[in-house]
Amino acid sequence: MSQGADTVVSISDVSKSFRTGVTALQGISLDIRQGEFVSLIGPSGCGKSTLLRIIGDLVQPSAGSVIVNGKPAHQARLDHDYGIVFQDAVLYDWRNVARNVSLPLEMLGWDRARRRERVKEMLELVELTGFESNRPWQLSGGMQQRVSIARALSFDPALLLMDEPFGALDEMTRERLNVELLQIWEKARSTVVFVTHSIPEAVYLSTRVVVMSPRPGRIAGVIEVDLPQPRTAETREDPRFFEHVTAVREVLAGGGQTSAKTPELF
Amino acid sequence: MGAVVGRRLRDWLPALGVFLLGIALWQGLTTALNVQTFLLPKPSDIATAFWDNRTELWHAGLYTLREAAGGFAIGAGLGIIAALVLARFRRVGAALMPFAIAANAVPIIAFAPITNNWFGLLNPISKMSIAAVLCFFPTMVNTLRGLTSVHPSSIELMRSYAGGELAMFRRVRIPSSLPFMFTGLKVAAVLSMIGAIVGEYFGGPTNALGVSILNDSQLFNFPRAWAGILLASAFGIGLYGCVALAEHFTTGWHPSARAFNAE
Repeated sequence: MSQGADTVVSISDVSKSFRTGVTALQGISLDIRQGEFVSLIGPSGCGKSTLLRIIGDLVQPSAGSVIVNGKPAHQARLDHDYGIVFQDAVLYDWRNVARNVSLPLEMLGWDRARRRERVKEMLELVELTGFESNRPWQLSGGMQQRVSIARALSFDPALLLMDEPFGALDEMTRERLNVELLQIWEKARSTVVFVTHSIPEAVYLSTRVVVMSPRPGRIAGVIEVDLPQPRTAETREDPRFFEHVTAVREVLAGGGQTSAKTPELF
Repeated sequence: MGAVVGRRLRDWLPALGVFLLGIALWQGLTTALNVQTFLLPKPSDIATAFWDNRTELWHAGLYTLREAAGGFAIGAGLGIIAALVLARFRRVGAALMPFAIAANAVPIIAFAPITNNWFGLLNPISKMSIAAVLCFFPTMVNTLRGLTSVHPSSIELMRSYAGGELAMFRRVRIPSSLPFMFTGLKVAAVLSMIGAIVGEYFGGPTNALGVSILNDSQLFNFPRAWAGILLASAFGIGLYGCVALAEHFTTGWHPSARAFNAE
């Protein structure tokens, strides 16, 4: 696997076994280029969240290596090369919205004026201007998740890791946030790795969908999504959207048989 | 804000009604049934006894309150420090927790005669130490629970920012432990007054409230003894109120405060 200059994440032959004897991931290799939006999709237990955490150096692989931004994942974490968004927003009730967004900036030692300026920009980006002094619990689930995205992008990381960020939200909120996330991605021009178990969500958002199969977690197939950008609400009604959804579904359904196949990489 | 206070006063009215009704019943029944003073004095007798001895009782109360507050400060302070150490060094915690739990089961008040002997009957430290030991455990156990019950995603978030243990404590563990800590402190505030009074029952200076209550009951001056007990209760409630007030100002963000803040 060659590593181009614009490769943000390079995963080589990563495996993960837990002490319980469960093999969560086996022989995962994947390169993610600058500006890509890559979704990891698969049934529960396919290790997609574990893979995301290995990229973020929150979980150590049992074998293989992960290079982020041209350096080992551990160094990339210490250098704040990625921002992360979890399924629950993980906002702190003792901080208001603005201070939640500025948390990573405080830890990076930014001065107050610079922090305030950036928080203002980020809240504009996620359309939450005016909610600076609200407490997290005064916001809806979707708004909380937007604060969490603003926090993750506040320090301009090269990479955004998202672990089922809209999994706990209702379908309508989820679709609206999908549209907003793509707008944010357009503006922030970062690379996104997005874990989901929703096929339409993966197809709608991604430039590439990585389908994983369970026990042990492997890459069952990779589907390029060449739907036109920028994507809008109409994209969901495009016949080619359904073709891609079907393609992903077929790889998911046949995941068991094709799991030994070498993943196609584009 | 005015509306909030008004609402809070209105909320208190039923409790005040019950209180007044209780006093009236107490007064009525003790009079009607002609209950002997040594069994249960009339509220009016207690009030008279308090008024006639207000200066002595008040000073005795303040003396005992100082012991209780001192013991609370020492015990709660050590409890918080111990919780921080145990949360930071889990293996130390695992080694010491069984002993802490066992020690917590010891009837600490039984040590009052011993501490009187150690520090001297007239030395307030002898009472403070009992109050401190009583305050230590609820504070330590609750604070430790708060420090260690942090959502796994919070830990991952701080690690993603390359935050170390210090950042984890400063930014997440300590703030999220505050509601738990205050639960412990409120229990401790009440226990500190009990510790000081009971310590004084085993001997102390004559200007201490516990000694005064003990002497009055031995001299069959029950209305005065009751007045002392009620004063001790009032000071205990006062200590509790101080902690509750501090809680309100430091953890106004907490879910338990939401209904109040939403007004």
